[in-house]
Amino acid sequence: MRFFITLTTFTTALAASLGASFGALSRSGLTPARMQHEGWTKEERAMMRSLSLASLAPLAPDPSNRFSEDTAAARLGQRLFFDTRLSGNGKVSCATCHVPHQDFQDGRPLGVGVGTAGRRTMPVAGTAHSPWQFWDGRADSQWGQALGPLENPAEHGGDRVQYAHVIATEYRSAYEAVFGRVPDVRGLPERAGPVPDTTRAAAWARIAPVGQEGISRMYANIGKAIAAYERKIEFAPARFDRFVEEELAARPHTAESAFSDDERAGLRLFIGKANCATCHNGALFTDNHFHNTGVPQTAAGLQSDSGRAVGARGVIAAEFNCVSRYSDAKPEQCDELRFAVTEGPELVRAFKTPSLRDVALRPPFMHAGQFTSLSAVMAHYNAAAAAPAGKSELKPLHLSQKELGQLETFLHTLTGSLATAPELLASPDTPRTTTKPAGR
Amino acid sequence: MFPSIRLRLGATMARALTVVVTRTPRRGAALTLAVVSLMTGCMHGMRAPSNLDYSRTRASEHGLYRAAIKPEGDSIPQGKLQKWTLHLDAANGTPVSAASVAIDGGMPQHGHGLPTTPRVTRELGNGDYLVEGMKFTMGGWWVVKFRVNSTVGADSLVFNLNL
Repeated sequence: MRFFITLTTFTTALAASLGASFGALSRSGLTPARMQHEGWTKEERAMMRSLSLASLAPLAPDPSNRFSEDTAAARLGQRLFFDTRLSGNGKVSCATCHVPHQDFQDGRPLGVGVGTAGRRTMPVAGTAHSPWQFWDGRADSQWGQALGPLENPAEHGGDRVQYAHVIATEYRSAYEAVFGRVPDVRGLPERAGPVPDTTRAAAWARIAPVGQEGISRMYANIGKAIAAYERKIEFAPARFDRFVEEELAARPHTAESAFSDDERAGLRLFIGKANCATCHNGALFTDNHFHNTGVPQTAAGLQSDSGRAVGARGVIAAEFNCVSRYSDAKPEQCDELRFAVTEGPELVRAFKTPSLRDVALRPPFMHAGQFTSLSAVMAHYNAAAAAPAGKSELKPLHLSQKELGQLETFLHTLTGSLATAPELLASPDTPRTTTKPAGR
Repeated sequence: MFPSIRLRLGATMARALTVVVTRTPRRGAALTLAVVSLMTGCMHGMRAPSNLDYSRTRASEHGLYRAAIKPEGDSIPQGKLQKWTLHLDAANGTPVSAASVAIDGGMPQHGHGLPTTPRVTRELGNGDYLVEGMKFTMGGWWVVKFRVNSTVGADSLVFNLNL
């Protein structure tokens, strides 16, 4: 999260002559009490509208995944998402870390699969709207993302030949109904893939290129099926959205839409002088971009993490990116990749702006769970400490404890639920009764 | 390793406030923040100039060109990749062909560059050039700078945007 990239502290004289967006900001900072009773400025109203879920553009099909809207692919993907056979030790599925009834995350500072991952598990809802996946954006689609953890030694710890056997034996008809014939896996080793494990990498190297490509295409299709499922996981309106709808229409609030004075003040800070909405903008409260906000290293002795500086190079070289042979997109449909910034000091230790929807349900915060509470996050942005590497974009905010509290209070109004049918929150292969309810 | 920020007084002081953030095309290592301000001479834009020129047609810094930007659909959405048409005329009004154009920009108040690397991908004829990869991820004041080189000469054009 990066709530507070400070623009400036305006003087009264300058504020009077500033352009529209800054005018709102400065006036609210100058006379917050008076503004409370005068309602919202035109700019504040526009900002509130843009943050409302009602302004979220409909999800367009993913041109790199021609199965993204395919119902049978989504159903297969759902089964795969919950299948622990897609792991090196038979115990880890996507749902191990992306726990459906926990907003598809695990509440841990670092994900724990076969081993311990280097970063915090990210939630899934709404990610189909983003051009970049992972904290460092090293994947440019949901299907490309899904294939990373599956072969990561610390996460699923398996390999693509192992998974090809699983598909061939357990999912053949469902796979072939969507993607066509399953490649012949007879004669292939049980475990092989371009993974760090030298034995399995050597076994992979012994497979002829045409065989490798068939397996890799099947592997890509696993990702595409999982993505077709994940696209269905979306946020439902929160109290904030109901508040905005009633407030902007000047209708009386209901119990489901009313804001307290502190929540109103927190919203005004959020879109005003706290500068949260600089990066946490749009209906998902993210600019889908990467920023260094001076988040500290953890005390756990994690290796240094350069964030987007590595992720940008990674996505350009990624085996399963939008311009890869496994993508269904034409090169001109991969503009995010074509025009990505791939070098420069701004990328160092920059991490993706996460959505703030449901944020209060998801401690600990930041890319390695550095902060255990929202209060700690507020204090971090208020103080704007120097970054451990790279340069933080933050400037100190000089907010009072009361204002920090109001911001935190406001963030709780972003808690909603998932707009996802309950049957999508568990494996279709297991009895529904074993799962916890999705609602909150 | 980090952006070197320096104050540079531009050649055309007569024009109103112009703040330019440029990323050098090679290696991207140096970010130059050049501030030309008649009023304050302020450093890296911590105060937003009050009288920025947001027009979409303007002359180049040394007067060699007049240029117009035309965003696709005429509006500039936040957070979406977009295509622009850049029209280039020489000072005498003749459309400029076969120009090479490099594009920089950023948010002067935040000290960062553009979130993408937009490029001219095609010359459309009659002085028009297709610019792809434009994207603005935040609301506020942005600048986009075109460094143009052609038989007319080398010069730069700076446009202010308010999202």
